[in-house]
Amino acid sequence: MSAKVGYRKERLDRGIKARTDDIFAISTYREILYLILPRVFVIAGLLIFPLLGDFTGVYWQNVIVITCTIALLALSWDLLHSVGLVSLGQAVFFGVGAYITGFLAQQFGLPPLVTIPLATVFGALVCTMLLYPVLRLRGVYFGLITFALPLLFMRIIETTKVLGGTEGMSGLPALPSIAISLYIIITITLVCVFGFQRLFETDYGLVLKAIKDNDRSVIAAGFNISWFKAQAVFIAALPATFAGAFLTHHYQFVGIPAFATDYSILPLASAIVGGPGSFFGAMLGAFLLVPLSELLRDLGTLRIVIYSVILLIFVVGLPEGLYPYLRRKYFQFERVVSMELEEGGK
Amino acid sequence: MSKETILEVRNLSKNFGGVKAVSEVSFQLKRGEALGVMGPNGCGKSTLINLITGFIKPSSGQVFYQGKDITGIAPHKAVNLGIARSFQMAKPFYNIPVYKNLIIPLFSPRVRKLVGGKFGDRDEAAIHLLEDVGFERDSSIPYKAAGSLPHGYVKRLELARCLSLEPDLIILDELFSGMSMSEVASILPFLERLRDEGKTLIMVEHRLKELFRVVDKVVVLNFGKKIAEGLPEEVVQNEEVRKSYLGSEVDSSA
Repeated sequence: MSAKVGYRKERLDRGIKARTDDIFAISTYREILYLILPRVFVIAGLLIFPLLGDFTGVYWQNVIVITCTIALLALSWDLLHSVGLVSLGQAVFFGVGAYITGFLAQQFGLPPLVTIPLATVFGALVCTMLLYPVLRLRGVYFGLITFALPLLFMRIIETTKVLGGTEGMSGLPALPSIAISLYIIITITLVCVFGFQRLFETDYGLVLKAIKDNDRSVIAAGFNISWFKAQAVFIAALPATFAGAFLTHHYQFVGIPAFATDYSILPLASAIVGGPGSFFGAMLGAFLLVPLSELLRDLGTLRIVIYSVILLIFVVGLPEGLYPYLRRKYFQFERVVSMELEEGGK
Repeated sequence: MSKETILEVRNLSKNFGGVKAVSEVSFQLKRGEALGVMGPNGCGKSTLINLITGFIKPSSGQVFYQGKDITGIAPHKAVNLGIARSFQMAKPFYNIPVYKNLIIPLFSPRVRKLVGGKFGDRDEAAIHLLEDVGFERDSSIPYKAAGSLPHGYVKRLELARCLSLEPDLIILDELFSGMSMSEVASILPFLERLRDEGKTLIMVEHRLKELFRVVDKVVVLNFGKKIAEGLPEEVVQNEEVRKSYLGSEVDSSA
């Protein structure tokens, strides 16, 4: 047999990964730093950003507010995806949160401190009840229902002229200052990322994850999966309804655009580009895509073309997602090794 | 020692459209007994199991478990009453490490009520269960993602999942299917031990030789109907059973 020589990539875990994954032993400060530095970097960066107001300008501060909004929606999408529910209509959570806030603020004159938490929790409840009947649907079928819901709400508001109709509700109370707004939404985003990650490390989170892999076996382990999925939808709805409620007060306005398809597609794109299943990926994706779209704004109509091409490059070139890719690079060596190919081998 | 009846199936039927998948099947099972369910392909064995465990709602008939009518019960409720089942097409939770696959049943309402336990305790219980069903001690396999398991181990994991539920009744749906001779041979003593320990077992199986080493009695189905019931050695002499199997391996195996 004539042996041809081929090359392949070999991946080796760095020592730090083997030690922290399997035997949970960290020996030196260097290793501890190696593990926590990326997190510290992200947290510190986000917390310092609002202080740089003079340097960054209000425009970019607003961009970060939107970015965090999309990040929250992407986190919500990622949580649903982790339970096996593919949502194509994150806008429904966003819109419900936004309209409840607007309604509470306009009808009862409640301050943001009251309306935002109320709209977050109550909106999540409403969305859970809306989706409860379709939770047994999977994949595309569930996706289609969620895609239709925001459009349905839009048309209902448009035709019945309730809640301000096409005019929407304006002149709602504002948040005290842009710096405070930034701190609120950045903190909530960070809490959600780390909170969701922690949640999925618990036994409870394991059950949620297992539902995606094989729901029948989860039933055979004695769990009522409809009830668990409903809980997951509620938890996932919280950041999204919060985002809607928050942005309503940020803009001092709520209208039909709250159900816009942007709020469904951008979070989805963020989570896919960032890498679904890790939560951090969803956030990273949002922090990449939203500012990128702003940077391209000067290009006029071409913007969408270039934006789409960049999206394509990411999806085709990095199908696993940006975060898993970076994580792998951080924790593994990669080297090219030669190997003998058998006849007929590739 | 008088044994109580743990499971009673009365005239259980299921129609899919015009097809009678299971038709008027009745049998009783006493605590500590091991029952084999056999029959040719498509005779309704798996449907019968699904009817008992609530995964399919019966068209008519009743199921009694420990004296209680559980006909058409929600499947997760059946589990929490102590009926654990394996699936013919066993699928682990692919993206979850092998031992964590068992954390899920160990976290179930039933086990939490029976055993209690905090976060972390369950890891140890899971590893012990894996060793019980024949995962090598001190190997790294339990820590790997379950998607990488060879088929034989998937079946063992499926068995461990059933046992982790502290069941009163264990229903194994074609546990041996797809396993090699040596894999079956290595898991058989374990099943025999389960029987000797007084666990109540129902085994749906095609591989009769191995099945007969474990079970005390068998029920034979054909076209959804029960055509025979009794001791394994009696049943294989039954003319109708022989005909249903077209005189295949039955002769040599008994």
